[in-house]
Amino acid sequence: MSAPEDELLDRATRVVERARQMGADVAEATARQGSHLSAKVRMRKPELVEEAGSRSVGLRVMIDQQVAVTYTSDLSRRGLDRLVEDALELARLSEADSFAGPPDPSLLSDEREHAELKLYDSGMSDVDSGAALARATAGEAAALDASPRITNSDGATFTRAAGSSVLVTSGGFSGTSRGTYASLVVRPVAEDADGKKRAGSYWAARRHLDALEGAAAVGEEAARRTLRKLGATKLQSCDLPVVFDPDAGRAILGLVASCVGGGAIWRKSSYLAGRLDTRVASDLVTIVDDPLILRAPGSRAFDGEGLLSRKNVVIQGGMLETYLLDSYSARKLEMKSTASASRGASGGVGASTSNFILQRGDSSVDDLLGSTRRGLYVTEMMGFGFNAVTGDFSRGAAGFLIEDGELTRPINEVTISLPLDDLLQRIDAVADDLDQRTAIATPTFRVSSMTIAGR
Amino acid sequence: MTSRYQAPFALGGESPIDAQLASRLLTRALEKGGDYADLFFEYGASASYAYDEGILKSAGRGVAMGLGVRVMKGDATGYAYVEDFTPEAMDRAARMAAGIASGAGTKDPIGLDTPDLPSRYDVARLSLDIPGADKRSLLERADRAARAADVRVVRVDASISEELREILIATSTGRFVRDRQPLLRFGIRVIVEENGKRQSGSSGGGGRLGLEYFDGHSPEEHAEEAVRQALVMLDAREAPAGEMEVVLAPGDSGILLHEAVGHGLEADFNRKGTSNYTGRIGEQVASPLCTVVDDATLENGRGSLNVDDEGFEPSSTTLIEEGILRGYMQDRHSAEFFGLGPSGNGRRESFRSHPMPRMTNTLLLGGESDPEEILRSVKCGVYARKFGGGQVDITNGDFVFSLTEGYLIEDGKLTAPLKGVNLIGNGPDVMREVVMLGNDMAISDGIWTCGKDGQSVPVGVGCPTVKIAKVTVGGTQIGSAS
Repeated sequence: MSAPEDELLDRATRVVERARQMGADVAEATARQGSHLSAKVRMRKPELVEEAGSRSVGLRVMIDQQVAVTYTSDLSRRGLDRLVEDALELARLSEADSFAGPPDPSLLSDEREHAELKLYDSGMSDVDSGAALARATAGEAAALDASPRITNSDGATFTRAAGSSVLVTSGGFSGTSRGTYASLVVRPVAEDADGKKRAGSYWAARRHLDALEGAAAVGEEAARRTLRKLGATKLQSCDLPVVFDPDAGRAILGLVASCVGGGAIWRKSSYLAGRLDTRVASDLVTIVDDPLILRAPGSRAFDGEGLLSRKNVVIQGGMLETYLLDSYSARKLEMKSTASASRGASGGVGASTSNFILQRGDSSVDDLLGSTRRGLYVTEMMGFGFNAVTGDFSRGAAGFLIEDGELTRPINEVTISLPLDDLLQRIDAVADDLDQRTAIATPTFRVSSMTIAGR
Repeated sequence: MTSRYQAPFALGGESPIDAQLASRLLTRALEKGGDYADLFFEYGASASYAYDEGILKSAGRGVAMGLGVRVMKGDATGYAYVEDFTPEAMDRAARMAAGIASGAGTKDPIGLDTPDLPSRYDVARLSLDIPGADKRSLLERADRAARAADVRVVRVDASISEELREILIATSTGRFVRDRQPLLRFGIRVIVEENGKRQSGSSGGGGRLGLEYFDGHSPEEHAEEAVRQALVMLDAREAPAGEMEVVLAPGDSGILLHEAVGHGLEADFNRKGTSNYTGRIGEQVASPLCTVVDDATLENGRGSLNVDDEGFEPSSTTLIEEGILRGYMQDRHSAEFFGLGPSGNGRRESFRSHPMPRMTNTLLLGGESDPEEILRSVKCGVYARKFGGGQVDITNGDFVFSLTEGYLIEDGKLTAPLKGVNLIGNGPDVMREVVMLGNDMAISDGIWTCGKDGQSVPVGVGCPTVKIAKVTVGGTQIGSAS
């Protein structure tokens, strides 16, 4: 490993040793550093260039199963001393939790087993502020030039970021990871016939710069997505089939993710608690959590406790096969960890998803839409109308009316409602247009019927 | 306010920053010919205590500190931050930000003065400095009260989070200002279960104050409120779908106005012409009943400020007066654009972010109607008692809000509790449809956090009972309301 990671390893190791000396039974430290450059243009002029570096250390300690977490960005000797002292003081204040503890040492992975996931693009740092502004400018220009009806812009932003992190535990684990990320977002604004403004956006994001969609293509797509919203109206309240595009679908899958995490299950704050090995979705639905996909945004070689990452099939043909567990939730539920622990910069550990993906089906989007006589094609959702405890779901939505298999007119200001349980069971078509821009991803899919509230 | 948590840049700290040093850094930031520069030093100490399954399961503490340097040239901003206060790091940040301009700067020293500031959040007992055991016992009381409140309570989570944010702002226009901003938030969430049906309820509060918050609000009171809400929701039935009359409860419902009209009145959107309210000062934009203010002066309010994050003292800004649009919330940049004085609404999440116009405590002022009379006037509608959160499309004011507690109103009376209710509409339309305002204006307890462009800041909201003639209710029962 290169020098920056060595320095992080050294820092984390010293923190763990100090915590152990001061009386911690278990000490786990994560040290991170990152840098980013962000350039935004608006109406063809530079608006913001931001450059920064950041670093932090997070610590979790246990004394007799009493737990505390601390973090700091103050890496002075005094700052790191305080990090450790505070953690021990707070651990003594906490009360013993009989389920607390480090992972089973026999499950810890060795650095030599860690897969090379190709998450780092060493050429990315060559993009300086001028080049970043040029990419943003090209993206916005493509949108502004697309049509005279694009009259304004919320700007275009290009960002590149790089980060390294290490995890060192008193159980003997030590691991390093690093990654890069580049993105371009374009946000045009169009004016409707009645003067109402309509904002739209499109964005691209990749681990590697050479895989990032071209700036002009991003801008043109942003313009297309903004213009097609013009003239949107409400719909009469009714029940209709609803087709979710990958952006709207991702929001739905995010809700599923929040309901299969170990924390939500043992807390019984998920409607999926107690539903293992039962049907929770239609047989077209297979959802995997796969941390080992090369170049993917949510990939990781080891989890937040040092276990070797592995692919978990969460829902197979509609049957709930497993929850996603860290070692704490696994003990709570008398199950085994699925190596799904994630550790935040602030030191806390919980179960989380990596690349959480609804597997693609075999029909094209055109065929899926073509086989929908009348329905609502949803491209955007708004609001937070989801109750994980009951699964009740109701959110604001915008998109297009489907008539005889064609998108006819834009629709907005409606809400779509259906408990998530029913929504997943009513998925009757899954398309093949899966894109790996985000860690949670879906292809286009259709729900046979939902309640739409409008006029 | 003294504390064992002290910023390194405070006078008497390890790397004290005085006006002379700040002036030198500002000169460095302007060396390429920027029009304006500011320095934002921040030290944030925070802690949280999580009570879960009858024990204090975890406690945490954190320190985040750094310096953000901003340089403006025309409408363009250069921004850089570093996370330590060594001379080399601070100099590096100033040079990086300076790069937005590409000419020659002035060598004239920048004179800095410290203005007098108000004192809007005096703290009697700074939470961070009080032994953790005191906070543990407050949480224990909440837990015990929730479990005692009803046998159907199966889970209780209670938490306290506390923060002290110390800032120092120096600007090339000559301001040199320090402030210490405390923040406390208590919250409890319960899950109840009956015949296999589960529901949750929550309650919380706080503000810019210390543990004296609990002199006025007991943990037991919040626990009982959370349980009450969860039990009510056990009997909730499907909500109607369609357009109908809606009555908003006082206090918390202010979050709807925050989203529906507040964001559109932030001056950056209006400077760029991307807000629905652009160019409409002096026009009737709401029912004549409506007067909306953004008031940073509320004592100990969650959104209150002595100074904004650009060094200006905020006061109370009238946004809408009897339905007429009077002004926007300004930061320095937009105030300059509009040729006005800054309103003190320039805020940022931390030293990692540049400031933008943001709300502080946004209030719809009270009217003259008796709240009972407002309810009685509704034949069939929805009563919104508690909100879970919401979102707005600023370009046109379209919003969606989710209720965590709502009721059907039938013949002027609250009848069945409703589940899964969303209110969907358009901010400006809704403001024109306000037909009655109660005389019971209330300010929400301090729980709300506002997000914009990825930056979160604490805010306050408030309103009286509000009757809106027509809003789309997103439920599942079509045709049951007309």
